[in-house]
Order: sequence, then C-alpha cells, then structure tokens
Amino acid sequence: MECQECHERPATLHFKKINNGEETSVSMCEDCAKKKGYMSYPEEGYSLHDLLTGLFNFDNLKMANPSGNQLKQVKELQCTSCGMTFSEFKKVGKFGCAHCYESFDSRLGPIFRRVHAGNTKHFGKIPKRAGSDLHVKKQLKSYKDELKNLIEAEAFEEAAKVRDKIKALEKGHREPEAGDER
Amino acid sequence: MTLQNFISEAISPWMLEDGPDKDIVMSSRIRLARNFANVSYPILADQENLEEIRSFIKNEYANQSFQSYENLEFVSIKDLTAVEKRVLVEKHLISPHLAKYAQQSAALISQNEQVSVMINEEDHLRIQLYFPGLQLKKALEHSFNFDDWLEQKVNYAFDETKGYLTSCPTNVGTGMRASVMMHLPALAMTNQINRMIPAISQLGLVVRGIYGEGSEALGNIFQISNQITLGKSEVDIIEDLESVVKQLIDHERTARNHIMERSGTKLEDRVFRSYGILQYSRIIDSKESARCISDVRLGIDLGIIENTSGNILNELMVLTQPGFLQHYANRTLKADERDVLRATIIRERLKLEK
Repeated sequence: MECQECHERPATLHFKKINNGEETSVSMCEDCAKKKGYMSYPEEGYSLHDLLTGLFNFDNLKMANPSGNQLKQVKELQCTSCGMTFSEFKKVGKFGCAHCYESFDSRLGPIFRRVHAGNTKHFGKIPKRAGSDLHVKKQLKSYKDELKNLIEAEAFEEAAKVRDKIKALEKGHREPEAGDER
Repeated sequence: MTLQNFISEAISPWMLEDGPDKDIVMSSRIRLARNFANVSYPILADQENLEEIRSFIKNEYANQSFQSYENLEFVSIKDLTAVEKRVLVEKHLISPHLAKYAQQSAALISQNEQVSVMINEEDHLRIQLYFPGLQLKKALEHSFNFDDWLEQKVNYAFDETKGYLTSCPTNVGTGMRASVMMHLPALAMTNQINRMIPAISQLGLVVRGIYGEGSEALGNIFQISNQITLGKSEVDIIEDLESVVKQLIDHERTARNHIMERSGTKLEDRVFRSYGILQYSRIIDSKESARCISDVRLGIDLGIIENTSGNILNELMVLTQPGFLQHYANRTLKADERDVLRATIIRERLKLEK
C-alpha cells in the first residue's frame, strides 16, 4: 500500500481520526506523517549515529543524570584546546579537534574497542611530512622483527645483512630508541 | 537542453570506461578523511576558521592538475541553487551533509569527476576517488598518491598510535572507507542476499542501499564497505573487502545461471515486461523505474535483450533521480510531475538505443 500523501513511499503508519463522531482513516509513510504532525516526537529515525552515541554512553551513567544527585562530583574531562567536555563528546559522538584525542585519552580505549572490533592501535598509512620520523621507526621495527625471525631460524648470514641495514638506518636517524641492542 | 547533453551531464566521464566485472560491479570508491592539525573540526570551529580552510584550498589547489586528475574545479556550495546541489549529491560527488552545511563548505572536483575533495564536511577534507568496475587496489594507490600531493601543503592531524585523527571515532586510524557498488538482481530475486548480509556484517563490512546510510537497495544496487578503520592497514581492509565482493560476484553469476536454466521463460517474461513498461509508460515513480531498470540491465547482461548498452543502468539510475529531473525541467517539480517527466525521459533514452 502506498502513502496517501506523497504516493511515493510505502505507507507504514495507519491513523484513525474521529471528528464529530465521524471516523476517517489514513495511511501514510513516516515522512509525511511527521510533516502532517501526526507524530509528536521531533527526532529523526534511529540512525547509526544514535546507535554509536548509545555505545559511548555505557561507562558512566550517573554523569548522564542531570538531576545531579549529591554524590561526589567527578571533575569533568575537558579538552584544553577546543573546550569540548567529555560528556559533550559522548552526546554528539564527534571530537571537537585533534587535541580531544589526547584530552580524553584515558576514556577512549573502551570506545575504540567497541567501534573497531577490539582494536586500539593504528596500522597503515603514515603521512609523509607529519610522520617522517615515524616512517623510519616503522621501517626499523619491521627490520627488527625480521632479524628476530632470522635468528630464531638460525639463518645467521641473512641476519647479519639485516643487522647492517638496521645500523645504517639508525645512523641516519638521530635518536635511536632506548633499549636497542648495540 | 537536449536529451543528449543532459545524459552526458548525468554520466561522469570515468563511468564510460571499462572496468573488471563491470556487469556486476558498477564502481569502486575510496574515501579518505583528513584534518588540519591545528584547527577545530567543522562541528566546533567558528566561521572564520572554516573560511580560512576554504580559501586556503581555493588558493592552493583550484585549477591545478595532478596526474590524470586535471583542472580541479573549486565549487563553492553556497553559490549553488538547491537543484544544482541535489544534482551533485545524486552524482555522488558531494554528500548530503556537505550540501546541508553550504555556508561553510566547498568541493574540489576534477574534470573527469573521478576525484572530489569535500571541504568542511564532517572532517576538514574528505578525498573521494572512483574507478569503474572492481578496481579497489588501483583506487587505493591513486588515492594515496593524491593524498600525498595534498599533504605537501597541509599539516595533517595524525597520531602515531591512533593514526589519522578524524572528527568521528568511527573513522579514526586509516580514515578510509572503501566501498563497492554492486548490482545483484539474482541474489535479490532468490532472496539469498538477505541471508548473506548478516554474515558479511560479521566480517567488519556493511551492506547498504545506493544512497548510503539508511537508504534501501533501490534497483537491487547494494553498496558494500568496510566498517573498521583502526587496527588494520588499508591494504588488508581492501583485500578483505575484495574477497567478499568476489564471492558475491560468483554467487550472483551462479544464481543468474540457475534462474536461466530453471525458469528461463519466466525470467524472459519478467525482463520484457519491465522493458515494455519502460518503453511505453507515461507515469512512473522512482521505485518502479528502479525495479524495471534493474530487470532490463539483467536482461542485457544475460543476452535476453540485444543491441542495448549495459551502461543504461548507470545512466538511467542517475537520470531518473528527482534532482536531475528538475535540473532537466529547469524548475521545481511536484512528485506527480516528476513521475510524468521520468517516464518521458526513459522512453526517449531507450529510443536512442535503436
């Protein structure tokens, strides 16, 4: 059955109107029902966004209680750069600026794990300029992993070559990481 | 406007090129979300900062070319009419969100419409790149190059452990959403797709309709994309996506053959009835037209209908959208007026094939 208003979408809602004892019924889609004022609540449909903000709100339900019971007030996390508070973040589901990630760091682990199937660490592209040091670090790490595997496999000749590569890379890079084997 | 010109406007030049598995995969898309390091995100930033980003991009990149992406056109969204905005949305060159926040937003679109950069959407920059058919790897490679080129002049918000810092936590990490638009009529007809969608979601992938989140699969067109952006590299993400897409292609082909063998006449009947409706109807709504276009495209793929190009699906799906119809009429149209014009355009378009 199609919507009697727009004749475009299927009718999903059916209303009965009783006016002076006269009964009429209409069927329409959600959009038209909203436009005609048949539905009282202003919210849009339940979107992915709502689902996500719902996910963020799991940890501290007390804070969401605006009546403010007189239990000890936890000092609210706030981003020092853009001023967004953690509860604002949970409400809109969006960060205010790049610095928010640092400001809310202590609370983000569970959120990231929920949204990204348990992951909290980035693997993937690194910007060329903003991350030039990171490129070297990443390369070093992959060489070191390779070295470890080669030593375990007792392929010492290959391992020596990789070790030289690591040395060369570290020379070019000013600050070798602490804990490096010399 | 002549119909020919109108059609060529509806179809982005890249859509006319051939791509692997183009009978089933309409397009592959890579989207990268990027932000300036020291400016608040559009959700919080004041007009002044957003205007700075707009003019920075305009000054540095407008009319520039990068590799095959020539003459990047800077489009100021607030200077467009409502219909023009809708047309860009229907061509997937900008998002509904960008059109809504027109005061602050802009887009940078290459001549061949293969690359579009949305400015001040949810993130400061959203780079989108399209390829015809199933070409995720190539699309990724090109989008990385384009990203590097943009980065030469922009300090991106990036963190070693969290990756690219995006406004929404669902994009953090790679900031990448890879998606593939697929025409799956046989899987829909046999109801197999509804059984496959839950399995696909378990792999960290999402299945949606043609116009994104919350839209239904109009004309049996499904969009499959990655949900997870953190903890997996871009290459791993697209490999996972591609392997699922390839399975869907196989299943779709098997289902098509199966239907042809088991109920070939029934299928032929359905295809020709739809073809008849498109050729002769005087009033057609978007839902019915999408259904018929899908049937006809299937008929073309299976050789039931000859001498008609397969591109017709991509073309008609865009042409019959409300924004395009109004663009063609050059005025706003009510739903019933659109249904009449839609029928006319489809009839005329099919005549061009003869």
